[in-house]
Parts: sequence; C-alpha cells; structure tokens
Amino acid sequence: MRLSKLAPLLAAAPFLSGCNMVVMNPAGDIASQQAELIIYSTILMLIVVLPVMALTVIFAIKYRSSNKDAEYQPDWHHSTSLEIVIWTVPMAIIMCLAGLTWVATHRLDPYSPLERISAEKEIPAGEEPLVIQVVAMDWKWLFIYPEQGVAAVNELAAPVDRPVKFEITSSTVMNSFFVPALAGQIYAMAGMQTELNAVMNEEGVYDGFSSNYSGAGFSHMRFKFHSVDEKGFEDWVAKAQDSEQPLDRTAFLKLDEPSIANPVSYYGSVDPELWNAVINLCVDSNDLCQNDMMMVDALGGGGLEGLQLRDVFAGICSSSNPTGMLTRIRGKREVKKAEGQLEPLSLAAINVSGVLKDLAGSPKAGPESGTQPETDR
Amino acid sequence: MAAVDYSRWDPIVGKLGWDIFPFHEPVVLVTFIGVVIGGVAVLGALTYFKLWGYLWKEWFTSIDHKKIGIMYMVLALVMLVRGFADALLMRVQQAWTATGGAGYLEPHHYDQIFTAHGMIMIFFVAMPFVTGLMNFVMPLQIGARDVAFPFLNNFSFWLTTSGAVLVMMSLFIGEFSTAGWLAYPPLSGIQFSPSVGVDYYIWALQIAGIGTTLSGINLIVTIVKMRAPGMAYMKMPVFCWTALCTNILIVATFPILTATLVLLTLDRYLGTHFFTNDLGGNPMMYVNLIWIWGHPEVYILILPIFGVFSEIVSTFSGKRLFGYTSMVYATAVITILSYIVWLHHFFTMGAGASVNSFFGITTMVISIPTGAKMFNWLFTIYKGRIKFELPMYWTLGFMLTFVIGGMSGVMLAVPPADYVLHNSLFLIAHFHNVIIGGVVFGVFAAMTYWFPKAFGFRLAPFWGKVSFWCWLIGFYLAFMPLYVLGLMGVTRRLSQFEGTAYSAYFVVALIGALFVAAGIAAFLIQIAVSIRNREALRDTTGDPWNGRTLEWSTSSPPPYYNFAFTPKVHQIDAWWQMKQAGYERPLDNFEPIHMPRYTSTGIILSGIITVLGFALIWHIWWLAAMTFVVAIAYGIDHTFNYDREYYVQPDEVAGIEGERTRLLAAEVAPK
Repeated sequence: MRLSKLAPLLAAAPFLSGCNMVVMNPAGDIASQQAELIIYSTILMLIVVLPVMALTVIFAIKYRSSNKDAEYQPDWHHSTSLEIVIWTVPMAIIMCLAGLTWVATHRLDPYSPLERISAEKEIPAGEEPLVIQVVAMDWKWLFIYPEQGVAAVNELAAPVDRPVKFEITSSTVMNSFFVPALAGQIYAMAGMQTELNAVMNEEGVYDGFSSNYSGAGFSHMRFKFHSVDEKGFEDWVAKAQDSEQPLDRTAFLKLDEPSIANPVSYYGSVDPELWNAVINLCVDSNDLCQNDMMMVDALGGGGLEGLQLRDVFAGICSSSNPTGMLTRIRGKREVKKAEGQLEPLSLAAINVSGVLKDLAGSPKAGPESGTQPETDR
Repeated sequence: MAAVDYSRWDPIVGKLGWDIFPFHEPVVLVTFIGVVIGGVAVLGALTYFKLWGYLWKEWFTSIDHKKIGIMYMVLALVMLVRGFADALLMRVQQAWTATGGAGYLEPHHYDQIFTAHGMIMIFFVAMPFVTGLMNFVMPLQIGARDVAFPFLNNFSFWLTTSGAVLVMMSLFIGEFSTAGWLAYPPLSGIQFSPSVGVDYYIWALQIAGIGTTLSGINLIVTIVKMRAPGMAYMKMPVFCWTALCTNILIVATFPILTATLVLLTLDRYLGTHFFTNDLGGNPMMYVNLIWIWGHPEVYILILPIFGVFSEIVSTFSGKRLFGYTSMVYATAVITILSYIVWLHHFFTMGAGASVNSFFGITTMVISIPTGAKMFNWLFTIYKGRIKFELPMYWTLGFMLTFVIGGMSGVMLAVPPADYVLHNSLFLIAHFHNVIIGGVVFGVFAAMTYWFPKAFGFRLAPFWGKVSFWCWLIGFYLAFMPLYVLGLMGVTRRLSQFEGTAYSAYFVVALIGALFVAAGIAAFLIQIAVSIRNREALRDTTGDPWNGRTLEWSTSSPPPYYNFAFTPKVHQIDAWWQMKQAGYERPLDNFEPIHMPRYTSTGIILSGIITVLGFALIWHIWWLAAMTFVVAIAYGIDHTFNYDREYYVQPDEVAGIEGERTRLLAAEVAPK
C-alpha cells in the first residue's frame, strides 16, 4: 500500500513549485483573509486526517494475514474509551472550526462595508467607497461608474487602496462576478442586485471573469481589472469620457444582444436612470418595470382586467410614488392620514375593478401632476 | 452548426424534421457509426445464438430481486462507459485548448457533453449501481426470499432504463441540454434554451426519478416487514442499515425533484413564470429546491457504500465490526443532517452572514459522524488478520482517498473560503474526490466482493488489480492538478482558455483520464477472463470469503427462492455465529415455498412510457395523449392479473438442495 500513500504527494509535488496560485496569494485584503481561512481550516483538518491516513497504512501492514506475530482478537469490537475519543476529538475540532466560521463569515460578509484597507492600513475618516455597477450580459461585462458618469465593457479599473462597492446584476441568466485577486465571487442575477465590498492593495492588471456557467459564450466572458493609483484612475476615467458614445437605453439594448469575445469599449456618459431600469428589467420602454408591477400587484392587481390595463397602472403608480393610485382613488387627504399605518391602505376593501373601468374610460388616465413616472414611456 | 428551428410545430410530427440528426458534427457522426456497428454486432450475436427468448423469459420479465439487481449493475456499467467517454472528450478539449490549440469542440457541443456527463454519471451510473447493490444484497442479508413488491421492483428498473434510453436517444435525435447537470433557470428556461435539449433532460429524469422513488418505497417496506425471525433492527447487518437510511432519503427527497421539474416543465411548456427572470419568476427558488433534493442525493449515493465497506472490512479482517452501535447512529445522524445543509451549494447567491454560517456549520458537523465511521473501520482492521483480496485493495484505496475529499469538503464549507473556491476546478476536484474515491471505489469493491455470490465463480484477481491501480493512479493524476488549477483561479465548464499558463496541469489531468480508461478496460477484461476461466474460479461452497452475514449461508448463485428454510437470527453477523455454533444444513422435510410469478408488464409499460416521454419532448401531442391513455389502461389491466404467485413444491426444493449437498461433499472430499 506504500505506493498509494505516496501517489498524491508524487502527483502534487511538481505542480506546487512555481505555479501562480492567485487564490492563495491575492492582491486584495478580502481575498487575503479568505486565503488565510483556507489555510487555517486545512491545518485544523490535518489534525485528524494525517493520523487516520498514517494509521490506515500502519494497521494495514501490521495486521496483514501473513504477519503471524501480530495480535489477533476476532471478537474485540467495542471500547468505550476509544468510542469517546473518536467522537469527541472530531467534535472539538469542528467546534473550533465552527467558531472560526461564524466570526469570519460575519467579518467577511460581502454586503457589509469594509472595516479596513489592509492589515496595516485603516480607512481614512469620511472616505466613501467607490461605487461600481456591474451588469452581466450575454456574454460580456458592463461596468458603470455612476459618480464619474462613465461606463466600460469588459474592462474594470479602480484606485489602489480605495474601498470599492460593487452593485451587481445581470441582464440575462445567472452569472458570477469573480476577480480572484480581489475578493470572492458573488452571483449576478437579473431583476436583483447583489453587493460586494472589496479593496485592492497592489497595483497591477488582474483577471476577472464569470464563474457561473451561462451558455455558449461563457469561456470568453473575461475582463481585466486595472488596479491603478489615483492619477491612473483619473486618466482612465478621462479616457472613458473621451468616448463620444453615451450609454442610454438605446445603446444598452444594442449592447445587450448576445455577442462573444467583445473588445473593450467605453461610454463617455451614462443615463442616470439606466441602472434602475436594468434592475427592474425595463430598459426597453415597452416593458413594465418590475417595481411598478409589484406595486400594482400589492394593490390587488386588478385581476384579468389588470393585465390589459398595465399601461394605465404604470402611469399612475410606481415605487417612487407608491401612493399615486391611492391618491387617485381616495383623495390626497385620506392617504396622508393613513401614511405610517399601512394596513388601512390595503385595497382589499376597495372595488378595484370598478376603479379600473373608471380609469380606463377616463381621459385623464396617465401621469398627473405630482406623479413622477419612473420610466420615460 | 446548422441551427434547427425548434419553434416550428406540426400537428402530426411535432417538432420533428429531417434536420434534427446532428451528423454534420464529425464527433457525433463517428460515434453514430460506431454505435451502429456495435449495435448490429450485439443484436446479430443475440439473434445468432438465439438468446432473445432466454433474455426475455429469464431476465427482462424476471421479478427476482437478484436478477433485477444484476440488470441494474449492467445498466450502470453501460452508462459508465458512455459517461466516461464524455469525460474523456472534455479532458481532450481542455488539454488541447490549454496548450494553445483551437480545440475540436464548439461550445454548443462541449456544453452538451458536460451536461450529459454530470447527469448520466449521477442518475444513470451511480444511482443504478447503488440501487442494484441494495436490490441484490439486502434481501439476502435479511434472510428474505424477495423484496416486498416484486413486480414494482421490475417496473422500477425498467423506468430507470427508460430514462437512460431517452438520454442516449438525444445523442442522435435532436440534441441534449446545454444547461448544466442541474439545469439552473433562467438558462434552462424556454427563452435561453429553446431547443429540445432541456426537454430530454426533464423527461428522462422524471421517468427515471419515478422509478427510483418506487424502488425506494419497495426497499423500505422490505427491510421493515421482511427481516428473518430474530433479526431485530440492532442485529441487522450495517449494509442493511445504510440501505434503510438511503431509501428513506430517496422517498423523502425524490418527490422534491419531481415537483421542481414539474414547475420547470410548466415554465417551458405552458409559459408560466416560476423561475423566469420576468413576471415575478424567481430562479433562486429553483436553486434552493433542486439542492434540497440534491444534497441528500449525495448521501443516497455514499451511505450504501459506507455499508459496503463496513461489510468488507469486517470480513477480510476476520473480525467483528468495531463499534456497530456507533456506526448505526452515525448513519442515522448523517441521514438527518443531510437535509439541513443544502444552502452550502450556493453561499455566493447573496444570503446573509448568519444564514451562510448556519449552513456552513451544519455541513461541518456531518464530518463528525463520517469521521467516526472512518475510525470504526480503522479499529476493525486493528488486531484483525487482513487478507489482501481485491475488495480490500479498493477499501484501503478508499480510506486513503476519501479523507482528502472530506478535508477539501470542509474547506468548501467555510463560507468566505467558498467565495473563492466555489465553481472552480477545486470544487470539481472535491466532488470527484468523494464520488470516485468513495462511491466508485466502493462499487468496484462491492462488485468483486459479491460477484461470486451472484454468479458462482470468483473474478480473476490479476486484471482486477490492474484495474485498481489504474483507477487509483488515474484518479490522483486526473484530479490533483484540478485542485491546483482551482487555487490558480480556473473556473469550471470552460472550453477555451486565454494563454497557456495551465497547459501542464490539463495535460497531466488528461493522462490521468487515460489511466482511468485503462482501469475501466481492465475491469471489463477481468470479467471476460473470469467468464472464460469460470470452472477454475468456481465457488461451490457459497462462502468463498469466510463471510459473516446471511447471504453467504446459501449457495452461489443462490437458488431463486434464496433460502430453503428461512434462517433464524440470534446475533449480529448471523452466519458467522451459525458457523461458530456448528450449524448443519437441513437436508429434508422441505415445505412448499411461496414465490411471485414473472411478468412482462414492467418492461412493456416502461416501453410505452418511453414513447410517451419521446412524444412529450417533441411536442407530438396526439402520440403523448394516446400513450398516456394506453399506459394507464395497461396498468389498470395488470391489476386484474390474479395469476401472480405460485408454490415451489418440496420435491423441487429437495432436488435443488440435494445438488448443493452433492457439490459441498465434492468440495470437501478431494482436498
């Protein structure tokens, strides 16, 4: 059995020297802490695994049938003290690991703001993270910088040692946003926003990609992350701003068509309403926004007639103006009174279909004063 | 790639058309020619040797649990070759493109291959292997004459086969799913997967899944109701315990899979929006549901294998299993815990820190009972007298390999660590480490261990050892580089690479896969050589390994009624205890034995259901409606078949048992 014991070592030895294991040796503080966890958990597990492997080999050799000197006790099958050991030792290790897991999972929650820039560096007082909005598309990545008003396809840049908050979504199927040198991955899902807080501590160009299979162009869904100094970032933004092309709804829809291995490209300006429309799956103005639809549904939906009257709803009721429909039905004073106590606002008691018919017939259906429609339909 | 327009529909042929045969792809064409030649050769040989009648009468319509168990194993072996061919295609493609080549598979083809590989290996290799083992061994171990519902057993097997047939059909008729082996929506939805691929996936799984559920019910009832007198639960062999827990898991989880797939089907066929992006659909719901089935599924596969190793370690160490009670409790604990860990498959979907921590910790807790099992095997060997027969090779290979998989599993269970390891080749290496190092090694151990019981002769050891070393070395060569690649940030399911930084690793992995191929070939050679030398390898005692449990008390192969007299059990390791007590076989006073009659209903009904599945896949509604009605009517008709059982007369039993007495005497005399 000697050979089988050696096999893993023999197989692993030539590889472990000289390869670039980015996961174990990353450039970002979050990924570094995650790599440390891999090492700690491995060491804790080895406390059990190594003795088990050694004992397997030792027992197998010692108690081979040809070794007549070895003790043979065919009916020995129970030992309370051994049983206690084999249950409690793994239990103790798992308790340590569980404590570690609980603390580390909370500390490294991708949603919580960073606590530090690196082990040696605190976050300067008052520094807000750089917000980057990430859209996974078939099959490329769109990065929107709302503060800088620029966007880029398949290229990401951020200043070194500056906390970054990624807001992530998808315009297509599930993907996973992953820059191994920076931090662990998080899924990108349509109609939803996930978040990742991270920071890069070294300058350089790093690989990023989708790590959740998304169809034919998946292998090429890659981008470069440029970790640069403040000056470099300003230059990068300036370069993007030079682009004549604005990222508006039309440009987004064009980009959204499936394509593989897109070259890097930039958008000099970004429609500020776009992100909200992407999240709510209504970049195409013919689509009803998800938040509007939810609002309609929360108000009772209007049944089958509601299906035909979606446009009517969309005009008078949106997440930014949730009481629009109620105002219409009940008058502004009553709604004011009811604000803060949501229950009486329920439309259950109201004859929705009657109101709908009324609305459909009313020439005034549509946005009225004080009602800010979310989308530009 | 000539795109087929799957939005077309014709009332007579549904979505079928002349352009659905993917023979423009050279790989498929070559495979097709190979399959045709091989198929014609097999069918020709069966006809030439006039074996059709024999196969139909003795095997296809058989409701003998032993024959059904063997048929499950044959199905699994055939599908193993198919699933492994897929693996080899992927390894070649990745090695090719990682060394800077262009590769030979376009993404659309590559994506079908990895989807088929995963789905086939789990549902049509690993599942039939463990179901077949439980079917063959468990009734013998509890001293029963068959399972509780013998017809249902045959029907379950043919439903599983029906699913396998549909998957194989997708190779040449239309195409298979490109959505990954768990078909996550929205990718598997009609918007992103408009072809029939996902429909093949859905209906193959639905049909096979119903077979699995029925078989699970059957085996639970068998264990609960049909144990030999005296065999209290705590006197059952450990394999039966693991079989019981596995089947409880099957019955409790497969309905979830069925329901989840029904929802996906509604999304695809009727335009509902359970899992779509828009109109309120939520893909995260599917991911949760599929893993609520999917995680227990992992334990459905591994638990019976733990049972197999418990039997083998104890037999070949010539020693009672250490810590039987803690073994049973460990099995039960794993059964329960396997339900509360599913979220660890998607820590990265954005759940809060407390939720992720909870599921991470429950996952780690499973390693406690699993570790206890490992120690129990270790202390069974301790102070034993180990005979290094083939099953013991596999067992020691398992013990050394599985702990590595367990270790990487615990690393993946720490959520922040999982954020960097998830979906990477590290994950791929981990689950192949536990599935190959655990389930596959266990199945090979079990096949070499129980083969003499099933066929009356041993497997020739030489080619078995070749197979073992090829598998072991092949596994390490194929998957250790994948662990490293995962740490280098290489993700799964890629068919193209940028640059050649990974080339050495993928080439080594390919060499490993070739070793595994040699291992599979050596196993098939081993079977062929053993059949040729069967007289020299013959086991007339029925107890070639000096076994401990009841299956070794009867002849090899066992008579169709298993036991002339139902054994009485007083202790754990009943047969060992009987041998110690100087048990003597009763030679006369046989009584009539109540046995079920063979029936062709199972295979015919499954045939109709296969056509139903095909009709549903291709939207041929008239055929679907017709076969559905016929299947129901045929099933109802079968309930009016009252000629289902008969009594084996004492003369016949005396004849069979007399022959065994003669063989046993001949065994003792010349030596």
